[in-house]
Amino acid sequence: MQPLNRLQTAWRAAQDIGDGMLVNLGLGMPVHVADYLRPDVDVFIQSENGVIGAGPLAAPDRIDTDLVDAGSRRITLRPGASIVDSSWSFAMIRGGHIDVTILGAFEVAANGDLANWDMRLPNKGPLVGGAMDLAACARAVWVIMEHVTRKGTPRLLERCTLPLTAVRCVKRVYTDLAVIDITSAGMMVREVLAGMSEADLRERTGAPLTFAPDCRPLVAPPIALPD
Amino acid sequence: MPIDKRSVSPAEALADVADGATVFISGFGGAGFPNVLIRALRDRGPKDLTLVVNSATHRYSYTHELIEAGLVRKVICTAARGHSKEPSPFERLWMEGKIELECVPQGTFAERIRAGGAGIPAFYTPVGFGTELTRGKEVRSFDGCEYVLEQAIKGDLALVRADAADRYGNLAFRYAQINFGPVMATAARLAVAEVRAVLDEPMPHCRVQLPGVYVDCVVAVGV
Repeated sequence: MQPLNRLQTAWRAAQDIGDGMLVNLGLGMPVHVADYLRPDVDVFIQSENGVIGAGPLAAPDRIDTDLVDAGSRRITLRPGASIVDSSWSFAMIRGGHIDVTILGAFEVAANGDLANWDMRLPNKGPLVGGAMDLAACARAVWVIMEHVTRKGTPRLLERCTLPLTAVRCVKRVYTDLAVIDITSAGMMVREVLAGMSEADLRERTGAPLTFAPDCRPLVAPPIALPD
Repeated sequence: MPIDKRSVSPAEALADVADGATVFISGFGGAGFPNVLIRALRDRGPKDLTLVVNSATHRYSYTHELIEAGLVRKVICTAARGHSKEPSPFERLWMEGKIELECVPQGTFAERIRAGGAGIPAFYTPVGFGTELTRGKEVRSFDGCEYVLEQAIKGDLALVRADAADRYGNLAFRYAQINFGPVMATAARLAVAEVRAVLDEPMPHCRVQLPGVYVDCVVAVGV
């Protein structure tokens, strides 16, 4: 009953990306989703700096410092890609043209509230970037996160304690322990780690859980983390 | 007189920048920073500037040099966090209360600037509703959803990085260089672009990404 590692969690989210979607991936764990898309799906990945059709990272000898994504990563373009300016890029986001954005999070609440931009770190300035725009306006907001903090306290809560990114926006959460939908009736468990009991999952969650009648085991292929 | 927006030097282009100016600086994600113009502005040394820039502290931008030189009174940005554990020059001044910060969601940041150049004084957006970044702002409901009133930003000067220009000020960008450059140029009284190269011939119209009517000065700075 090993929890999924970060890349396995990204793999699990990637399995739900449908053919033809326009997808925005947040910094951190979410960008790895692009590495695990199903082979039969053809999608465009939008980066909020205006790249529509981001491809894999550039090989070291093919780096172009002007070809970057919103995370300053040196990328490539896929066939059919285009690049627009920031006001157009965010008009695309606000206008509901992004089918799904996959974001990291510190906390998600049972009503779908999301906190993912400000951990209130001492001595650090705020950094919001495009998080609020994506969370408020993408047609679906999915979250990839670890189920509990390093100290073992739940990140899935009745109410967020950290500053909100957007209210009532999260549709689905992928963690190392479960796949959970946010519904009008609260958190609905769709998949739980193979071998983990309902009671164990409830103990690690700070909000009431309902288990779907067809709740399945959460499984992923072995994927090694880089050293 | 034939139009010719080519400037001899960055210093010449920025000769009239005054204290208290509101200055846009392009660049995001590592691309499109007008670093030659930023240094020229630092050397000119106008005081009490308000910077409108995506990041107060990006590692590839020289924005921090304006801040370290004590020229900046306020920063309007989407990212104010340094890259290392130690506070950045901006973070230190901000914590000491010596510099003002307005942190804005990135799409709202872009749209406020776009509005500034498009004759729109304010607009309603769903972004930021219910968060601390829009606290105290007017909220209005349309079709059952809540929207926040955001005001346009206009500026005195825009520093923009592009790839190529012609004598008419037409600009072409490389890849993700474009980001905030076009909207910033439209919202500023004086728009100055640094480019890799100024073309000898007029730019073909299909290559122009920002019409030269928005650009006052172009300076060739090489790579």
